[in-house]
Amino acid sequence: MVMMSGADILLESLKRLGVDTIFGYPGGAVLPLYDRFPAHPEIHHVLVRHEQAAGHAADGYARASGRLGVALATSGPGATNLVTAITNAQMDSVPTLFITGNVIRALIGRDGFQEADITGITMPTVKHNYLVMQAQDIARTIAEAAYLATTGRKGAVHVDIPKDVFIEQAEFEWPEHVSVRGYRIPGKADAESVREAAAIINAAERPVIFAGHGIIQADAAEELRRFAERGGIPILNTLLGLGGIPQDHALSYGMMGMHGSYWANHTASAADVIIALGMRMDDRAMGRFADMNPTAKIVHVDIDPAEHGKNLFTLCPVVGDVKHVLPQLTDAIEKRSHVEWIRWIDTLRSEHRHSMMVPPGNELTTQFAVSKIAEFAGHEAIFTTGVGQHQMWAAQFMDISRPRQFITSGGLGTMGFEVPAAMGAQAACRDRQVWTICGDGGFQMTFQEIATMVDERLPVKMAIMNNGFLGMVRQWQELFHNDNYVSVAMSQPDFVKIAEAYGIRGIRVSDQSQVEDAIREAAADPGPVILDFQVTTEENVWPMVPSGAALKETIEGPQRVTR
Amino acid sequence: MSTNRHTVSALVEDRPGVLNRVSSLFRRRGFNIESLAVGTTEEPGISRMTIVVEGPPSIADQVQKQLDKLIDVVTVETLNEDESVVRELALIKVACRPDQRREILDVVDIFRGSVVDVSTTTVIIQLTAAADTLNALIENLRPYGIREMVRTGRIALARGPRTTATHQHETEEERRFHQEIGRLPEGELPFSSK
Repeated sequence: MVMMSGADILLESLKRLGVDTIFGYPGGAVLPLYDRFPAHPEIHHVLVRHEQAAGHAADGYARASGRLGVALATSGPGATNLVTAITNAQMDSVPTLFITGNVIRALIGRDGFQEADITGITMPTVKHNYLVMQAQDIARTIAEAAYLATTGRKGAVHVDIPKDVFIEQAEFEWPEHVSVRGYRIPGKADAESVREAAAIINAAERPVIFAGHGIIQADAAEELRRFAERGGIPILNTLLGLGGIPQDHALSYGMMGMHGSYWANHTASAADVIIALGMRMDDRAMGRFADMNPTAKIVHVDIDPAEHGKNLFTLCPVVGDVKHVLPQLTDAIEKRSHVEWIRWIDTLRSEHRHSMMVPPGNELTTQFAVSKIAEFAGHEAIFTTGVGQHQMWAAQFMDISRPRQFITSGGLGTMGFEVPAAMGAQAACRDRQVWTICGDGGFQMTFQEIATMVDERLPVKMAIMNNGFLGMVRQWQELFHNDNYVSVAMSQPDFVKIAEAYGIRGIRVSDQSQVEDAIREAAADPGPVILDFQVTTEENVWPMVPSGAALKETIEGPQRVTR
Repeated sequence: MSTNRHTVSALVEDRPGVLNRVSSLFRRRGFNIESLAVGTTEEPGISRMTIVVEGPPSIADQVQKQLDKLIDVVTVETLNEDESVVRELALIKVACRPDQRREILDVVDIFRGSVVDVSTTTVIIQLTAAADTLNALIENLRPYGIREMVRTGRIALARGPRTTATHQHETEEERRFHQEIGRLPEGELPFSSK
């Protein structure tokens, strides 16, 4: 029988799970835990500068590597600072474990110093959470938490541990078996639903695939390609599904949704059969639900049965893991090529390609900057983004062609995600180039993490698309609120001086002609670099499906939108 | 009972916070709870929640699936009213002078209720029945003056030998995981991708 403290049990358990990196921030309630870190050198603790960043870093780490991301914070404000990151990870189904300390057991519920009811607060935004009241429960809880976070529909799991539980001695017993009786992990689909889905797909004349984040999460890109090639079915990606199929694949037609291409949105609207794979029919991808191709038959494969019929009526729900279901479907469908349908889409694409081009001329636009970064860094690099115009342009122009190449906050839409997520991605993939495409607004929310990246020697290249505005909000005020700009123009600090203050290189880019040299210089620098791209200020993202409109109402260029 | 009402029966882990998880889910998703009853079952550690929800059939489907997603919910099913026994218990304190007792007792008898407490000015009536029967009794007692009342909320069980099972077969994925976690070589995450 091995007796140890709760703190040692926790760290021992994490080691058993293969966790080697934790992003965290110390504080009173987790002091007994930090006290034991030196005894467990296999676990590297990354000291961040704000708990929210610890959470986003764990998120970026998990998305880049497919492994469990772990973040740690103290009680009260430390824990509440994690809430945005927890919600962000859960919304995008990212396998993450969040650990918080809490006040000692005797003080719980008495509003003690730095007490927050953090399990109560996170309850609606996690896959599951735990309050561990005895040291002897820690090992089982951590095993269970990791099991829940990384299986089925992946997600955020939160474990809260009172300070005195870290100190309490108990036997370390790693569970032989983790089984949660209220929890099922769908694998293969049942034969009946596969038959039904195959019959619908075989009878289709104009089928289309909506490929979502599930393809990436399940490492099912290869299975997707085989399925699409056998059925001769064009593929559209959701924002988070980008990378599930290379952009240059013959059946790949890019991103659909609010800022998807004209041809993608019209293909989605003209199809007679929709095969939705590992995606949740989000309003940003689907447009107005009622007019999202109401006559199409929908086959929806998802690991989470609650996604079936949540937003759109699903004729054929298939419950299962796309990794297993796609080979089943590939075996069950007939070989087709759908020549006419694909020719129709190709024609549409060639007629409308102009609305997805980098704007001509020699102004420095975000579109130009991000496409040059993508051209230089290539598919093996990792790109993270914040939220807003730069995010949409990155999605449109960065030629995302590899799973886990593109890391972005899709569901929650968290500004400030970009820098800490890039830090986590770089910590997970030291040998890859990591570029974060930042908005000047979002960058200022979390750039304190440059200090962490300097300490940790994480050479993230931060490319700020600096237009002096909260660009997407400004775009909506221009289009939907009659140019009434309210609280969207922002003064900026001198970003190059900020770089200097952190002891890293800062490069200002104000002209197209400087772009390539700046990118090359940044990439060659061994440390983190800030690139301040001073881009055109009042550019709009096109194409656009106005908020509340249907996909087939995609607008391709500047015009007044009434709504 | 109207077709817009759905009786959902869930077996849940008897743990702190489980009621909070369920009610929080209903609030967040905008599901309308008409009645909710919780109690122990034949299996230690398992409670049964009977929840009556209002809304179209698509809502009932979502309620069931969303509940099923909660880790503490072991199994959940929507009961067909025609194939289930659905009951609710009410205690009704009615204003009653001694000379009115006979009259009120007659009403209670018709509904097969019982009087469980008497004072010089009131009686407490107990009735276990389907909800509409309870409503009918209450309407009949209203003229005497209902002083206060409590209802348990509906509880239900499927008729016949069928039960809401807590045990399901392990899926292939689960079996694989369970085998791996026991024999885990230190430092290797069994359930991560490469």
